[in-house]
Amino acid sequence: MNIYEKMMSIDRRILFLLIALSVIIPLLKPLLLPVNVTKEARNLYEFIDKLKPGDVVLLSLDYDPSTMAECHPMALGILRHCFSKGIKVIVTSLARPEGLGTAEMVLTQAVEEYNKKNGEDYVFLGYKPVPGAVILAMGEDFRLAFPADYYGTKLEDLPMMTDIKNYGDIKIVVTFAASAIVDLGWVVYAGGTYGVPIGAGVTAVMATDFYKYLQSGQLVGLLGGLKGAAEYEKLIEHPDMAIKGMDGQNVAHLLIVFFIIIGNIGYFLGKKAKASKGIGG
Amino acid sequence: MRRQIPLAITFICGVVMAIQFFIPHQISQEIYRGALDWQMIIGGFVLVLGIGSLVTHHTGKLKHQRVGWGYSLVTLLSLAVMAIAGLFFGEMASGKPFMQIFIYAQNPIQATMFSLLAFFIASAAYRAFRARSFIATLLLLAAIIVMVGRVPIGAKIWSPIRDISTWLLDYPNMVAKRAIGLGVGLGMISTALKIILGIERSYLGGGK
Repeated sequence: MNIYEKMMSIDRRILFLLIALSVIIPLLKPLLLPVNVTKEARNLYEFIDKLKPGDVVLLSLDYDPSTMAECHPMALGILRHCFSKGIKVIVTSLARPEGLGTAEMVLTQAVEEYNKKNGEDYVFLGYKPVPGAVILAMGEDFRLAFPADYYGTKLEDLPMMTDIKNYGDIKIVVTFAASAIVDLGWVVYAGGTYGVPIGAGVTAVMATDFYKYLQSGQLVGLLGGLKGAAEYEKLIEHPDMAIKGMDGQNVAHLLIVFFIIIGNIGYFLGKKAKASKGIGG
Repeated sequence: MRRQIPLAITFICGVVMAIQFFIPHQISQEIYRGALDWQMIIGGFVLVLGIGSLVTHHTGKLKHQRVGWGYSLVTLLSLAVMAIAGLFFGEMASGKPFMQIFIYAQNPIQATMFSLLAFFIASAAYRAFRARSFIATLLLLAAIIVMVGRVPIGAKIWSPIRDISTWLLDYPNMVAKRAIGLGVGLGMISTALKIILGIERSYLGGGK
């Protein structure tokens, strides 16, 4: 194997080891590079920031543990923003049953930080199967989809829900997801049918799918991956997991690009060497 | 009859719900709310069916000690432990057994599985991104620009890369995704029509 072939076929174990180090070392020794804020993250922040204390938002934590590295910091950032401003929050988790656990975790953390009361400052409705039908049903009446909250209390018995019937009483729905529930659920059914503004926080790999909804105004704003979460942490001036995690992402992205370039240099030089050998021979 | 009745139900439900959407009358709204209720109830049965099918499959594997029966045992034990923790040891709230198992077992397992993707993406990108043709070169350049432009260090290296990356996402990406979205939308309408009219019957099972 000549040098060019070696450049094109580096042992994958070396790649794996370097990727692991590129994530671990910056976590232990942070670079803390400044995070730039994109307009889609700023739009979502500004929409929520303009709400008054007592306004109600619906946060749908539609992710599970597999994607919590990206979605969890976003959800926590927006919960912190809402609670710090006295905005009331309705929480659902509609994509997968295991999302209930992650929703409970992030909600508990934010509630403890801001000392909020269940039924007065927030309501956790939980999970129901068939997200499309549940999203439509909440547009008619929250009680149609969720007669009781996650803890079994009837919605009539929750003071916060007294004046809340459907999306007409909600200022914005923000969904955090790693699935098509964002567009085939919230954008189409809640936004399209009932006209409630929609914001989204999605995994980086999915983010490109949603720019069309930003341009058409069907999404108020978008947080894409860990970067989106870091942007939100910067906007609310509460640096946490996402900003710390961005250092690892910085180095890992550069490392991947470096290997792509090495592979291509090997490819072109190898091709050139073969061609000159052919001419020479 | 086994085919005609489901086809008739599908046709009636499809046509009634399509017409209902355009009639803002009280009766029409009642039908709509009733349909939503039914849909959620049927969805609940799907979960029951799923669990039933999972138990039947793994019990059979365990009984006949087929290859991988050990995994079936773990699956059934996990299902039983989570169900017992949820049903008999208090509500599914923080600090209770159900949530403890979720936080300390399921959470790291699922997060670890997904984290492995980073390694495979890195390896796949290194091997697949070769400038073999004009199209492949375009893809390679776009990927590098977006990868570097989206992280803070990109702007430190070369500041315009951030704007170029944003432009790529806002225009070429958005145009392509919208075209795909329109195609998917039209496809969904045509498939829905085929199902309502009984042309597409594969959902009934039994081959053709």
